Amino acid sequence: MKKWLSYNLILGLICLSCSNESVETAYVPTPSPLQIPQLFEANILAPVIPTDNPQTLEGIMLGEKLFFDPILSADNTQACADCHAPENAFTDSDRFSDGINGFLGERNSMPLFNLAWNYDEKFFWDGRVFSLEHQAFQPVTDPIEMNSSWVNVEEKLQQDSEYPNLFNKAFGTSKIDSTLITKAIAQFERTLISANSKFDRHLLGTETLTPEELNGFNVFMDETKGDCFHCHGNANNPLWTDNLFHNNGLDALFTDLGLGTTTGDPADNGKFKSPSLRNLAFTAPYMHDGRFETLDDVINHYSEGLQNSSTIDPLMKQVAQGGVKLSTEDKSDLKSFLLSLTDQEFTNNSTLKTN
Amino acid sequence: MIRFIPILLISFFLLTSCHKDSDDDIVLTDITLNFSHSWNDTSITNSDFNDIKFTNAKGDLLSIERLRYLISKITFHKSDGSTLVLEGYNLVDLTNNENLSFTPITKIPLDSYSDVTFTFGFNNEDNIDGAYNDLNAASWNVPTMLGGGYHYMQFDGKFINSINEAQGFNYHVIRAADNAGDNPTFPQDTFFTVSLGATTITNNTAFNVEMNIAEWFKNPNTWDLNVLNQMLMPNSAAQIMMFENGQNVFSLKPIE
Repeated sequence: MKKWLSYNLILGLICLSCSNESVETAYVPTPSPLQIPQLFEANILAPVIPTDNPQTLEGIMLGEKLFFDPILSADNTQACADCHAPENAFTDSDRFSDGINGFLGERNSMPLFNLAWNYDEKFFWDGRVFSLEHQAFQPVTDPIEMNSSWVNVEEKLQQDSEYPNLFNKAFGTSKIDSTLITKAIAQFERTLISANSKFDRHLLGTETLTPEELNGFNVFMDETKGDCFHCHGNANNPLWTDNLFHNNGLDALFTDLGLGTTTGDPADNGKFKSPSLRNLAFTAPYMHDGRFETLDDVINHYSEGLQNSSTIDPLMKQVAQGGVKLSTEDKSDLKSFLLSLTDQEFTNNSTLKTN
Repeated sequence: MIRFIPILLISFFLLTSCHKDSDDDIVLTDITLNFSHSWNDTSITNSDFNDIKFTNAKGDLLSIERLRYLISKITFHKSDGSTLVLEGYNLVDLTNNENLSFTPITKIPLDSYSDVTFTFGFNNEDNIDGAYNDLNAASWNVPTMLGGGYHYMQFDGKFINSINEAQGFNYHVIRAADNAGDNPTFPQDTFFTVSLGATTITNNTAFNVEMNIAEWFKNPNTWDLNVLNQMLMPNSAAQIMMFENGQNVFSLKPIE
C-alpha cells in the first residue's frame, strides 16, 4: 500500500509540475477585436482579418512599437512613421519620400487608415502586393527606403533588451522572424481607423453641413458634374474609395505604368489605386506622384485638365474638352464637401507613440 | 397485456416515423445559375475586354472595359399559380470573373415548373437605398438625387466616334428617374423579368443563362453611341430605351 502511495505522490508531482510549465509558456495573447465604427458596421462588410493573424493587445502594441522604431532600417535612422506620420493621416507631406541614403522614391507615400476594409487586399499604388502582412515586407529591404535586410533586422531585434519578451507575449515565442514582425505591424495598421469626420457626424445626425458642403456633395454625386462617386463611394460607403485601379487621365504618355507594371497587361498601364478621400486636409500633395500641391489643382484636373490615352477610364467625362468644366462655385463647394471628410480626431490621436 | 405494451410502443414509433417519411417525400435540391456572355454568336470572357473589336447594330466599333449587373428574385412558378421565390441576389462581375455562378441559399423541391424567372436589377420594393452592405461595399449605389437604391448594370467601354477617335461610354442601367433632386419622379419601371421557361428540376439543376451583350444596342432601339454615351443615369428616356433593349438580352442555353 505504501508503495502505491509513493507512486501516486510521484505521479501527482509530475502532473503538477507539468501543469505549472504549461501556464508559464502558454500562448495567451489578449484578444483585441477592431472597434468597428457605427457607420462601417451599418453599411459595409466586415473588415478583413487573416485567421492566422488575429488582433491581440500584445500584437498591436508590438506592431506600434515597431512602426515607430528606426531599428527596422539599415542604419537605425528611419522608421515606418517617417514616411507615414500620424499628423499627416499616416502619409508624408513631401512629394517623394527620401530613404536612409537620401534617395527619393518615385511615388507619393500612401496614407494609412481603414486598411482592413480593403477587401481585395491589393496594396500600394500599383496593387503589387496581396495582404497587409506582405505589404510590410517591402519597405524594409527596398534600397531607396530602409535599405536593410530581414536577417539584419531579425538579429538586431533579437539582441534588443525588450523585443524578445514582447514577441513572446504577442506570439508565444521569443524567436523573432520577419513573418512575426510583419504580422505585428499589420495588426497595428489595422487599428488605424478613421470614421469621425464632420460628414460622418452629419450622417449620424449629430452635425449639420453648410449649404456649400451640401451642394459640394451633390456635385460629387451628380453624374453630369463631378461624378466622383463611381470610384470614390458615397454616403452608403464610408470608405470613400473603391480600392480599385483607374487611369484618371493624368498623362497622355506614361512614365510610370502603375498597375501595368504589376500585371504586365498593357490595358492596365497608367492605372493607379483610388485613394480614400478622407483626410485630404492632411495628405497633400495628391496623386500617385504627388504632382498636385492643392485640392484646387486636383479639382481643376478633373474639370478641365484630363489627358486622353488608350487606357483612360471610360468614367472620365468629356475628355476631348479636358473634362466637364465645373463652375467656380461648384468647384469651391466640392472642395468644401471634400474637406468635410476630415477627421481631426484621427490625426490628433494622442495614444499613438512617436518615440 | 404487459406483453402487448412493447408491441404497441413499436407500432406507435413505426407509425409516427412513417408519417415523417411522408413529409420527407418532398426532396429539396440546390439550383445554380451560370452566367455566360456573348457578342451575337461569339462567346466572350473578360479576356476579350479592352479591345475595340465589337461592332454594334449601328455599325460603331466598341470595346468593353467593365461589365457588372445585378439579378434578383429567382422565382419558380407552378402551373397552379403558386410561386417559390428564392432569397438573395447576385452581382455578376464579368470584369473580374466573379459571381459567374450563383447557387441561392434556398433549396427547391424536385418538381416540374411552368416557368422560372429572375429580375434584372431590383424591383422597386427591393431597391432600398443602402440596404445591402455587400453592394454598398462594391459602390453599387445610385445617387439619392435619382431615387437612391442600386445600379442594375454598369457597362463601360470605348467606341470610335464620328471623328474617328476613341471615346468612353457608360451604359449604366438604373431605375429611370426625372426631376433629379430631393423629390425625383419615376416615369416608368426599368427593372424587368427574364423568363427561362418551363422546366423539370432534378438534383442540382444548373441553368446556363447567356447575356448577348450586342442586344443592348440592337432591338428595338438601334443605339447611337455618338448621341448616347455618357451621363445616361439622369436621362430617363435613355433608361427606358435600355429597358426596352434589355428584353431580349438573356437566353437560356441547354440545361446540363
